Amino acid sequence: MIEVIDAERCTSCDICVNVCPTNVFDKTEGIPVIARQGDCQTCFLCELYCPEDALYVSPYAEEPRPTDVVALRQTAALGSYRRAVGWTDETRDLRGIDRSYLLFGH
Amino acid sequence: MTVHERRAEQRTAPGGSVEFDADVLVIGGGPAGTWAAVSAAERGARVVLADKGFCGTSGATAAAGTGVWYVDPKPALREAAMANREKMGGHLQDRRWMARVLDQTYEDSNRLAAWGYPYPVDDTGTSQRNSLQGPEYMRLMRKRTKQAGVTILDHSPALELLVDDDGSVAGASGVRRQKHDRWIVRAKAVVIATGGCAFLSKTLGSNVLTGDGYLMAAEVGAEFSSMEFSNPYAISPAFGSVTKTLFYGWATFSYEDGSVVPGAASKGGRSAIARALLQGPVYARLDKADDDVQRHMRASQPNFFLPFDRTGIDPFRERFSVTLRLEGTVRGTGGLRIVDDSCATSVPGLYAAGDAATRELICGGFTGGGSHNAAWAMSSGTWAGWGAAGYARQLGPARQRRLASAGTVAFRSKAGRAFEPATLTKAVQDEVYPYELNYFRHASRLESALERLDAAWVDASSADAASKDDLLRARESAAMLATSRWMYRSALARNESRGMHRRDDYPYQDDRQRHYVTSGGLDEVWTTVRPHADASYSEAAE
Repeated sequence: MIEVIDAERCTSCDICVNVCPTNVFDKTEGIPVIARQGDCQTCFLCELYCPEDALYVSPYAEEPRPTDVVALRQTAALGSYRRAVGWTDETRDLRGIDRSYLLFGH
Repeated sequence: MTVHERRAEQRTAPGGSVEFDADVLVIGGGPAGTWAAVSAAERGARVVLADKGFCGTSGATAAAGTGVWYVDPKPALREAAMANREKMGGHLQDRRWMARVLDQTYEDSNRLAAWGYPYPVDDTGTSQRNSLQGPEYMRLMRKRTKQAGVTILDHSPALELLVDDDGSVAGASGVRRQKHDRWIVRAKAVVIATGGCAFLSKTLGSNVLTGDGYLMAAEVGAEFSSMEFSNPYAISPAFGSVTKTLFYGWATFSYEDGSVVPGAASKGGRSAIARALLQGPVYARLDKADDDVQRHMRASQPNFFLPFDRTGIDPFRERFSVTLRLEGTVRGTGGLRIVDDSCATSVPGLYAAGDAATRELICGGFTGGGSHNAAWAMSSGTWAGWGAAGYARQLGPARQRRLASAGTVAFRSKAGRAFEPATLTKAVQDEVYPYELNYFRHASRLESALERLDAAWVDASSADAASKDDLLRARESAAMLATSRWMYRSALARNESRGMHRRDDYPYQDDRQRHYVTSGGLDEVWTTVRPHADASYSEAAE
């Protein structure tokens, strides 16, 4: 489930509010809030669309797992999904490396 | 860039609502919905697409990666591709439909390439087009939908269809959940592309898929087909949401004590996993993947590794607990019955595409993978878009039609008793999740489940209208309830095991039941059987 909006990185662009397919976030005067965490389906797409790598979706789909943002910043987790699919300038080459065709038919 | 003169027209509307006049309304913005919207717009229709979430991230495809049933147009390859799954699907496929889906998927995939989808290139320099990355694919489809001149309404769940005096479908209405108002689209034709129903099981990306389109279609009298093929379960880590069953082809499954679960496999042995899960926890380790396969997996499906990387598990070396999540009709093959090549339903003005429609025509009773569903989504989306645009054109210039709302359950106050969506959702899940009810079916267990589900329907349909804030959840829970009843009633009508439908009391396939089960109805759920196309042809020849 979505656990973290890093207030230091978030620019209040509200992209997450728009792209979340299950409407988990709400806009505010400042940065968005996680208003309906229980509706999160752990699809990681908000993270993927966040241009500031300010979001963190915990992999635990069934229950909340409060996550310490300070500790998180020490890891490579923030933005790791976006980098892996090639949605950053530095990793654009990864967009075309799908190797599924080598895995089918197994 | 395409030139557009015709956009849906926004009309002035009373406060608290927005209204549009369109030729075609597409409900659902996944692959099928976006292909339908683009195709209808390219035929000159003014199109509105309404998505419950956000067109581009909504649905089972956007969050995942999917194979695509893309086969080069060489007769031998096409023949092999069609023959390949016939046995698994219980010989319920229709060769004519398989051939036309292969043709259309080939064409649509080549359009995706022309639009800039970054297909990988193999060592021989060949572009490989049998797989799509969900986020990339759906981001592109959103862009093409906008470029085609389609008006997209995001976060705008449809709640009920509108019908004219003849009972033809003439639009829909719903809510804009982030703007806290209502939308109404008057349209000459409507395409239902709302996906299947996975009962909020958290199988990846599927929690928007609650059968909403089925309920709306049933309220105007649409029919369903193959709803007994609605019980696939996908493997995921017990704690997580990422279901990528293909990769478990390299797994060894074990009990708590470390001994191997006999017969357990991702393909052809998932029932052994379900049986073991009825006894206790089951673990997996992807220990059959060599270094090359591990590398290809990481490149192909980065999100598969998020649950592992973020919990410090090495899935190739360490065991992790797994579960099976119900995918319902998302990966089942049942859905709205298609009556002609344009993907029309049995109701005038109403079309169906993607997982909302039955996939029996190309899959029979088993999908075995996303590739056929992805091919079906593109093809049926394209045809439904053309079909709806053609129907709208033949209807002629807009005439003022008197429209009525078709919504029933959760809209009408009757009993002075509150509608409780959360309670109802839980009650439905309790009947459709358990492996002993849905995976391994038996007449006596199906009948008692149906008694409880039918009673829940009586309760829900006689409860008060849901409050404004609860209306969406109420309609979702009612849609899941209705879906479960078509599923189990159809399962009782097929007294054999075929495709994914297994009956403990009828463990074998019966040649006399090579037919389709049609279902429908809300207060009274009914089923009938229709002959398979081969039987109709041979009858005609006699």
